[in-house]
Amino acid sequence: MSADLPDELGHFGRYGGTFVAETLMEPIAQLREAYAQARQDPAFLAELDADLQHYVGRPSPIYHAERLSRELGGAQLYFKREDLNHTGAHKINSAIGQALLAKRMGKTRIIAETGAGQHGVATATVAARLGLECVVFMGEVDIARQQPNVQRMQLLGAEVRSVASGSKTLKDALNEAMRDWVTQVDNTFYIIGTVAGPHPYPMMVRDFQSVVGREARAQFLTLTGQLPDALVACVGGGSNAIGLFHPFLADEDVALYGVEAAGNGLDSGMHAAPLNAGKPGVLHGNRTYLMEDADGQIIATHSISAGLDYPGVGPEHAWLKDTQRATYVAVTDDQALEAFYCLTRSEGIIPALESSHAIAYASQLAPQLTPAQAILINLSGRGDKDMATVTALAEDAG
Amino acid sequence: MSRIAACFATLRARSKTALIPFVTAGDPQPDVTVPLLHTLVAQGADIIELGVPFSDPMADGPVIQLASERALAHGVSLTRVLAMVAEFRQTDSTTPIVLMGYLNPLEAMGYAAFAARAQQAGVDGVLMVDSPPEACTELTDCLQQQAIDSIFLLAPTTTSARIAQITRVARGFVYYVSLKGVTGAAHLDTASVAAKLREIRAQTELPVGVGFGIRDAATARAMAAIADAVVVGSALVARIADCADQPDQIPTLAGAFLAELRTAIDSSDP
Repeated sequence: MSADLPDELGHFGRYGGTFVAETLMEPIAQLREAYAQARQDPAFLAELDADLQHYVGRPSPIYHAERLSRELGGAQLYFKREDLNHTGAHKINSAIGQALLAKRMGKTRIIAETGAGQHGVATATVAARLGLECVVFMGEVDIARQQPNVQRMQLLGAEVRSVASGSKTLKDALNEAMRDWVTQVDNTFYIIGTVAGPHPYPMMVRDFQSVVGREARAQFLTLTGQLPDALVACVGGGSNAIGLFHPFLADEDVALYGVEAAGNGLDSGMHAAPLNAGKPGVLHGNRTYLMEDADGQIIATHSISAGLDYPGVGPEHAWLKDTQRATYVAVTDDQALEAFYCLTRSEGIIPALESSHAIAYASQLAPQLTPAQAILINLSGRGDKDMATVTALAEDAG
Repeated sequence: MSRIAACFATLRARSKTALIPFVTAGDPQPDVTVPLLHTLVAQGADIIELGVPFSDPMADGPVIQLASERALAHGVSLTRVLAMVAEFRQTDSTTPIVLMGYLNPLEAMGYAAFAARAQQAGVDGVLMVDSPPEACTELTDCLQQQAIDSIFLLAPTTTSARIAQITRVARGFVYYVSLKGVTGAAHLDTASVAAKLREIRAQTELPVGVGFGIRDAATARAMAAIADAVVVGSALVARIADCADQPDQIPTLAGAFLAELRTAIDSSDP
């Protein structure tokens, strides 16, 4: 099935592609070429593997949440612990790969966009380690709600550039990073944080993130002797989800669930769930499902979690939805928050608000299955960065 | 012959360079646009580029981003932009109009429906900045069926092989982006632009316009000496923004600026 995609032009069915200004076409062609060589170069792959092992701390474990499983009274829940990675989320897997590619291409300056700040921190981290100049674009709204990550990026030597245009969140940070890239394209490598953007980004970021699913599949087989019945991951742009799903695409008995942010509810209009409530269009270099109005203008999104607060989604997810290989559902801010507390209190693991969306859906799914069945959830990041948001909400609630 | 081809043929016969102002439709408010377009023509515009507002103008600098935001605040949709063109056409049947913008509003309307409605309104060319030729063959086909020119960008980074590929499908004229950057960026290197224009002209008979970074009489004059058309966008839009609070002043001020550029361009032509 879609394990062989994209095609040479970056298409996943009708999705994906390369929709950028002419100035970027040649730099993108160079990137495509450099990546095509690197992914087949044993030396590059060996360096990447070594970094993932010794710097990131891979493989990350999978953990059987026995107490939570018992409480929910259904399937066994297992977590792929990407929250234990260096810098606290799955984002570093791809940031390392792209930074090694930047070095290989002789680029001296790194830019990135960030929403929750996890990708920004991961990028600032690898840039510090490789001695590369680093500028991270971040919406004003996100800077306010993810202060600890802003401070971490600055501590790591990155410049955090505040973006005040549009909705002042992740999509606007991406616009601004694209504008910067086109201006300094000779020396700059743009490390995109998710599986969106012009080809080859959706493929390249997926490839780097697929280490999650490859490890999880092997670990799960070793641990239980079989494959899980279902995988669950949150979807903003969709990098942690595709990383987990991709190595399982051919395992047709494994159900795949991507969980979008329903914000205040899909009916409220205040959400970030393009696969559930959007339609196909073109934004940020690719064709995919978007949150847009009847005139094709991108509309403001809302989610409690900055990392899911994005009006688009990776084109491979659009393809997986249309082919029905994966199912895309949505949970609200309140449900995610409840799952956040639930995992914290039952298992002693504080998840990121993004990952809490996956946990919330898994908690709905588990009672529908038997105790002999298993759900593997991508615990894509840890919740330290969300303390201020959660505390403020608890105070509001009195 | 299309209006664009006719326009360049006339100018070429007179050894003149085309002046192409860009304004965002509906900026700062919808009723300003049509009178403004007529003023621009009266003050020397040969072709008009009319920006279709978009929520996420990735290739634009702050000046045109804000123009888009002002227009969108008034709900200026693609349908509304086409109505403006139709209104303009009631009293001007010769000045070519090129719509410039981003693909998604066209995608939302549907390419075939858009092309038919654009033709009916009197649109002559379409330039989608986020859509190189290989990404929009479906749109290009629809436009061709309606005899609307597909105009494409060439950039400093465009290789010789791509120039050949793009000029094969380009119609009307090609638009050379004079610098690596967004619209309204600062630096403009005349010598490197001239060198790239020679490379482009070696591969196509199409007229070559130059834009991005032309901000005053001096830069317009310098580009007019080497290009078939000079596009001025951000510098003009910035003047419109300056009098956003007094919209009745806009045609006068924008017109005066355009007249200044016209004089500068003509002074460089033989």
